[in-house]
Amino acid sequence: MQDSGIKVLFMGKNFLRLLEGLWVTLRISLIAVIISIPLGILFGMFMTLKNPISRAVSRVYLEFIRIMPQLVLLFIAYFGVTRTFGLNLSAEVSAVIVFVLWGTAEMGDLVRGALISIPKHQYDSAAALGMNRIQTFWYVVIPQTMRRLIPLTINLTTRMIKTTSLVVLIGMTEVLKVGKQIIDANRFEYPTAALWIYGVIFLLYFLACWPISMLAKKLEKRWR
Amino acid sequence: MGLDFGFMQKYLPWYIDAAILTVRVSFFGILFSLVVGVICSVIRYYKIPVLQRIVSVYIEISRNTPLLVQLFFLYFGLPKIGIVWSAEICAVVGLAFLGGSYMSESIRSGLESVEKSQIESAASLGMSKALTMKEVIFPQALASSVPGICANVIFLIKETSVVSGIALADLMYVTKDLIGLYYETDEALIMLVAFYLVILLPVSVLASLIERRLRYAGFGN
Amino acid sequence: MNGEIQLQVSGLVKRFGEETVLNGIDFCVRKGEVVVVLGPSGCGKSTLLRCMNGLESPDAGSIFLDGEAISAGGKNIAQLRQKIGMVFQSYDLFPNKNIIDNITLAPVKVQKRSKKEAEEQAEKLLKRVGLWEKRKAYPRELSGGQKQRVAIIRALCMNPEVMLFDEVTAALDPEMVREVLDVMIELANQGMTMVIVTHEMQFARAIADRVIFLDGGSIVEDSKPDEFFTNPKTKRAKDFLQTFAYEKRRTNIN
Repeated sequence: MQDSGIKVLFMGKNFLRLLEGLWVTLRISLIAVIISIPLGILFGMFMTLKNPISRAVSRVYLEFIRIMPQLVLLFIAYFGVTRTFGLNLSAEVSAVIVFVLWGTAEMGDLVRGALISIPKHQYDSAAALGMNRIQTFWYVVIPQTMRRLIPLTINLTTRMIKTTSLVVLIGMTEVLKVGKQIIDANRFEYPTAALWIYGVIFLLYFLACWPISMLAKKLEKRWR
Repeated sequence: MGLDFGFMQKYLPWYIDAAILTVRVSFFGILFSLVVGVICSVIRYYKIPVLQRIVSVYIEISRNTPLLVQLFFLYFGLPKIGIVWSAEICAVVGLAFLGGSYMSESIRSGLESVEKSQIESAASLGMSKALTMKEVIFPQALASSVPGICANVIFLIKETSVVSGIALADLMYVTKDLIGLYYETDEALIMLVAFYLVILLPVSVLASLIERRLRYAGFGN
Repeated sequence: MNGEIQLQVSGLVKRFGEETVLNGIDFCVRKGEVVVVLGPSGCGKSTLLRCMNGLESPDAGSIFLDGEAISAGGKNIAQLRQKIGMVFQSYDLFPNKNIIDNITLAPVKVQKRSKKEAEEQAEKLLKRVGLWEKRKAYPRELSGGQKQRVAIIRALCMNPEVMLFDEVTAALDPEMVREVLDVMIELANQGMTMVIVTHEMQFARAIADRVIFLDGGSIVEDSKPDEFFTNPKTKRAKDFLQTFAYEKRRTNIN
């Protein structure tokens, strides 16, 4: 029955159900990215402040978020916060919170990197031309950081999409779970369904991420 | 909130076993991803026809799919065409498949950072391509790709947290088990975080030490 | 000088895309002769040297060393390169190896000589240029002039028959130029066959047995140094020498 497994895909609404499952994680990533970008920009600027307290706080936040596997963060948000604070967060809300916290940290670090990459003489030259701080920021810093930041931000989006696949492990019904349901429902009729279903999910993720990666690569090349 | 230390003590051995599994999977996964990375980066560096195309397709696939999905395919999908691997082997293979592309990119950028004049001066001394790679290009490339490699190592250790998805009893699996069985959520989560810190902090500190040292020693021509 | 012909270049043509960099070069170098190649930047001097070391493959013509043809990618190229040492503008010591290993790498791995013997020769050469104390140092710890002297020794340690020097002082701070040129003059005095590309006119005049003036990819003049510097035959050579003359005028005013 080697060739029959693929038929499962086209039975009823199976393929549509898979796409809907994928949309669940894509939606979480999109929401998280959209919220993370402004927060990350603020956080990145916050990290460049010379104040020792703000530096320590942002450093601890960044390092903790970065060193912990995202799945651990998800567990803390979903299982821990729910119990400790008596909040009943749904898996989706916990996921959005975690990915926003993570995205803000990563985005912040990118922004900080871009800001400190601007050589001091750029500020000096701007000052020598009589620009004030806001003008310097607007005409000198922003244009130079944008070219660096945009490709990196796009890349962050693909990382976000890949990482949101973890939400199945806190019990959300997304593409992998839907896949499993389809496989289980057809276990006896189509025993090879698992190969096809997981293969297709693999491909779907690739199709979701690859064009975005390509776009980032192109922009990076063009703007370098 | 009061923590149940008795509970934590009782289940400490579970966590230790789980941590050993995490470390073992990481170790072999990273080892093989370095091997894959070196091979792929050399193929891309020399632009070896056909192989180069295969490698770049592999890199795009590997970098644009989540490890969890790769693992599901390996563990649940492949047996249907007769390839049956244990969960742990799937985890190592998956990690190497994912990590290989990341390592390859880091090492390749190191290879490309070696100046062409270095290669020419080796050639002018009558050195063969292979000898130049071994004695001149690779050592320099490795030094400049160390920061990237270190970042990948940490990234890959973190990625192993998804192996609970294919029923491997790692730290995540044990934690979820304990939460499900006893509702000792805080204790289980604290142990989870503590164990990941014990594994990852030393690696991260070591990585930044190596990086600092390299920067200080900086080859510079 | 009437020694046997060691290096012969005939009808050499090299193009980069549309541009013809070398357009039919003919000359020969006799054993023990020091030939300085002069010419405005972009005239093809460096390309000529790189062809002579097989780093570029010519589009036409050929180069013979002791009657054997050199071509990039040819089978005997590695063997021929052992007979032709080359020193580059950017020294290109291997930063991952200390000085002595830089020098002995090729003698040991390529020529399969014993490590001990290669090191003895390397130390002897290092002593001669006053860098023996630096034998365990890494390239980054040396000044530009020191690095360039090591690079010369690295090439010498292969016991080449001919040495090629490609603007070896161009990247150096002025106060370091002398120490490198002195090493080259000593080499010339010992009878090494040398082809030198340089912009140091005084040095060129002092060291050369023959000057070849290259312009627009062809040899415009091929003469004795005194003749070339005092009484160039062509207008192009005159113009070229004129560009260096302002230093003279300035000193006269003082």
